[in-house]
Amino acid sequence: MQIYGQTIASRLMLGTARYPSPDILKRAIEASGAEIVTVSLRREAAGERAGRKFWDIVRETGVKVLPNTAGCHSVREAVTTAQMAREVFGTNWIKLEVIGDADTLQPDLFGLVEATRILSDDGFAVLAYTTEDLVAADRLVEAGCRVLMPWGSPIGSARGLNNVYGLRAMRARYPDLTLIVDAGLGVPSHAAQALELGYDGVLLSSAVALAGDPVAMASAFKLAVAAGRLAFEADPLLPRDMAEPSTPVLGQATLGGAALQ
Amino acid sequence: MQVTVIGAGVAGLTTALTLAERGAAVTLLERSASLGDNAASWLAGGMLAPFCEAETADPAIIAPGLAAIDWWNARVPNVQRGGTLVVAAGRDAGELKRFARRTTGGEALEADAIGALEADLADRFRHGLYYPAEAHLDPRAALQALADRLAAHGGVLTFGAATEPENAAGDVVVDCRGIAAGAPALRSVRGEMLVLLCPEVRLHRPVRLLHPRIPVYVVPREGGRVMVGATMVESDAAGPVTLRAAVELMNAAYALHPAFAEAEVVEMRAGRRPAFPDNLPRVARNGRIVSVNGLYRHGFLLAPDCAARAADLALGTAKVSEIAA
Repeated sequence: MQIYGQTIASRLMLGTARYPSPDILKRAIEASGAEIVTVSLRREAAGERAGRKFWDIVRETGVKVLPNTAGCHSVREAVTTAQMAREVFGTNWIKLEVIGDADTLQPDLFGLVEATRILSDDGFAVLAYTTEDLVAADRLVEAGCRVLMPWGSPIGSARGLNNVYGLRAMRARYPDLTLIVDAGLGVPSHAAQALELGYDGVLLSSAVALAGDPVAMASAFKLAVAAGRLAFEADPLLPRDMAEPSTPVLGQATLGGAALQ
Repeated sequence: MQVTVIGAGVAGLTTALTLAERGAAVTLLERSASLGDNAASWLAGGMLAPFCEAETADPAIIAPGLAAIDWWNARVPNVQRGGTLVVAAGRDAGELKRFARRTTGGEALEADAIGALEADLADRFRHGLYYPAEAHLDPRAALQALADRLAAHGGVLTFGAATEPENAAGDVVVDCRGIAAGAPALRSVRGEMLVLLCPEVRLHRPVRLLHPRIPVYVVPREGGRVMVGATMVESDAAGPVTLRAAVELMNAAYALHPAFAEAEVVEMRAGRRPAFPDNLPRVARNGRIVSVNGLYRHGFLLAPDCAARAADLALGTAKVSEIAA
């Protein structure tokens, strides 16, 4: 998939928080085949450079780090965090989250558009955590965003794709934009479904980190993402209302009749 | 044999006492001016909860963790063997199921049984889990008791003595400095905690409140106090408690019991846990120096086992393979 001009072979991105240990995180990253992992400057650091050791462990895996603004509830917070992240991680990529509701952690779309405009003008490559709302998507694209990351369902809820219709519509509206399902995936079949819909990739966090065996779950998601993409490229059948026999009915030999004697 | 132990946190004190109990002449050097300054273990919860901790930690901690309960009980006052209670708000019931599935040593409880264990929590939670074999202690009283026992065994504890292991006297030096040892791959996991004074809520055992984002525990202490802990932040920042952490911990206490709203916040502090990438402790010998580090959030739980291994290495009773490892 394409992310701001770079070709990324793996369609799976991984969060780095809440693993049982950094060792298990490292092994999960390897098992998932992810080339991009997200790190949260706010949540994990309590200061600009204080999480350095943890980030070094992440970097040792050789993956590209995508800083995020997780936990930011206002435009100003998100913009400041993005600017800090650019310095700390030496990248202009930012996964932009502006949280609008503490219970559902759903994005504040108004703040998101505003922050996207500010950061795009400042030279950032914004990957926006959004909903499947098409008008918000239009505004984000106008503001300079080239990678949209709609939610599947609320962050950490493990409910999968809540609004398949909406996600399908978004894919149809932006056939050429990179679209990544960001939040709410729980099991590999959710990821496969997103890829089958034609989404370019998925971002996972707690589905892997909080699994009983995160390393095994990372492998399972890797397989599901590959399967989903392959299925999409293979042009799957569309559902229909009636049975469609795989062999013609007309002229078929009658079973149980004289022909079998 | 003359042994110098550096660092009088839980690792250093347990190691020094273990060595002294085995007949070594022990000097324990601590850079701080008094017991507990700068020690992560001073801010610990003091839970001896191997089953609950194994929800996220390596199950290898269970056996040494259970043995630690007896070790502490034999040496320090008021080791409470009342088990651990785990509860969750109704909307987080899924967290209880997950916790139960990922742990051993627990039993499911309904509202009545929860009330029988903790009267003040009666009717507040419909479902819970109980880990009867777990225990807790007061970390500060326990560290002081170890220091007293060390003195009784002829050990010497010197404050205000900062030393690099290479420069320390003795046949063997045991480095128990934690973060300050700066070992390769060692990192700091910041933790923030509160102590509340709230005589209205009486608890008899540590209570863990599960929450998908902010799991916390409340540990009863003497005199109507409880310790509420603890955040886990991948950071080596040692600064004061952040507002976010304070709000999360206070909210959790309030969710456990609304009467905590009237509690006095008597202490609010942040510390740094030393941890290796697998979050398990390491005990190793290199020449004259034995090092004990990386106790992470399991200081009181795993220090007795680490101390025994360190003493084996220091006194030459360990198998050669263990030394090579």
